[in-house]
Amino acid sequence: MEPEILKVNNLIKKYGPIRAVDGVSFFIRPGETLGLLGPNGAGKTTTINMILGILEPTGGSIEILGQDIKQNREKVSRQMNFAAVYAQLPGNLTVYQNLHTFGLLYGVKNLREKIEASLKEFDLEKFAKTKAGLLSSGEASRLSLAKALLNDPALLLLDEPTSSLDPSIAQNIREKIKEKADTTKVAILWTSHNMHEIEMVCDRVLFLSHGKILLSGDPKTLPAEHGKKDLEELFIDLAREKLTFE
Amino acid sequence: MRPSSIYAIFLRQIYLTKSNPARLTGIFVWVVLDIVQWGFITKYLGGFGGAAFTLASVILGAVILWEFFVRIQHGIMTAFLEDIWSRNFINFFASPLKIGEYISGLVLTSIVTGVAGFAAMFLLAGALFDYNILRLGVMILPFIFILFIFGTAMGTFVSALIFRLGPAAEWLGWPIPFALSVFAGVFYPLSVLPVGMQMISKLIPASYVFESMRAIINSGAFSGQMAINLFLGFALASIYLLLAYIFFVKIYRYNLREGRISRFSSAE
Repeated sequence: MEPEILKVNNLIKKYGPIRAVDGVSFFIRPGETLGLLGPNGAGKTTTINMILGILEPTGGSIEILGQDIKQNREKVSRQMNFAAVYAQLPGNLTVYQNLHTFGLLYGVKNLREKIEASLKEFDLEKFAKTKAGLLSSGEASRLSLAKALLNDPALLLLDEPTSSLDPSIAQNIREKIKEKADTTKVAILWTSHNMHEIEMVCDRVLFLSHGKILLSGDPKTLPAEHGKKDLEELFIDLAREKLTFE
Repeated sequence: MRPSSIYAIFLRQIYLTKSNPARLTGIFVWVVLDIVQWGFITKYLGGFGGAAFTLASVILGAVILWEFFVRIQHGIMTAFLEDIWSRNFINFFASPLKIGEYISGLVLTSIVTGVAGFAAMFLLAGALFDYNILRLGVMILPFIFILFIFGTAMGTFVSALIFRLGPAAEWLGWPIPFALSVFAGVFYPLSVLPVGMQMISKLIPASYVFESMRAIINSGAFSGQMAINLFLGFALASIYLLLAYIFFVKIYRYNLREGRISRFSSAE
């Protein structure tokens, strides 16, 4: 069995008396897509922020490619990237300038060629000189993904990457990510409130509520195992009757 | 430190300036207005006593040096604010960027804007008022160096304050040079200040620069006391820079603990 790309062990984040993340443990292997599900405030984004290194955990550990993020943040950051609906790229830079700036930050080799290939892959060539702030939601999402994949990450964190998109563009984005996962074996942590999407893209899911993992398993078989019609029904049930699965 | 990361932070500011030339206003307009205004004041006052050269050296020399300091401080602060205004911290700090690289990128930006402003003042003062700051001789180098270090320290300190208190704290940053100028003795010798204020002046590195500048203009010679003063100015500026960097790192770590990097936005 291939070694884990991401290994999270007993992760805790406390804000005063509130435990936003409460002893979460999980792993992701190469080429695997793990869905992180849960109602608003469940701790999904807090978990992602801790993995990204922009939020300090209160306890527990995060290892990326076997290296502790606390001791090796800069080194492991080069092996991962992210796209999130709340982290749009600077709107006052053009598409090309954004990719150039972040390519330099991530230490991408042959950057010029890489940017050209990225623009082509994400159908952004005609927007290269357009300011990111003037892009439509779909175009901006493609730019975020182009930036997120620019450094060929081993780990990709996607926080609701399709939440502001129409179904057609969302489908297009999902296909691009899946294609990338299949060809590069990138490990993906994916959060979404769209259960249909999760069923399509994720190999495994974790249900998070009040900072704890309530349930985990295969999104295709999990609903039936718990007597539910589909993932959406299971999600609603878990969100409303929290902690009963503990 | 990776040069490519420092260059990325610098390049972002260059891209921003290229995309909207209005940003050049901050680099050139104030310095041009200052030189024109003070140049004519000098010309008018010089007519009374026939000491136009000395007055021009004292006033215009002080304006050019002080504006250089202001451009360095504001250069760092505005480059930092650009990242706040575009809500860019999460993207930057989730990348392999180190905090030292980030600040170095801001400083590099301020060097370019500060030097551009200095060049504009130098040319304008020569063209309009026949004043050449290089008449101060090689001593201009330590003057500029001390003011650069002090400006970097103040810019880093103010950026850290904004990082901690939120974007609204930028209003603390703009008037700082004006407050400091009172104690730095930019346009007058420290001896005219009350004793209490003079004691505060001793803690401001720029005060050693302007006292030395006036001494050179008056005596035309370099003295041992001047060397001691400039060393004190340099030592103080270096200590402030170190403290400002430590302060910025502490605020960054506080923001990391409290989850403020991802939440930091202009809504705060």
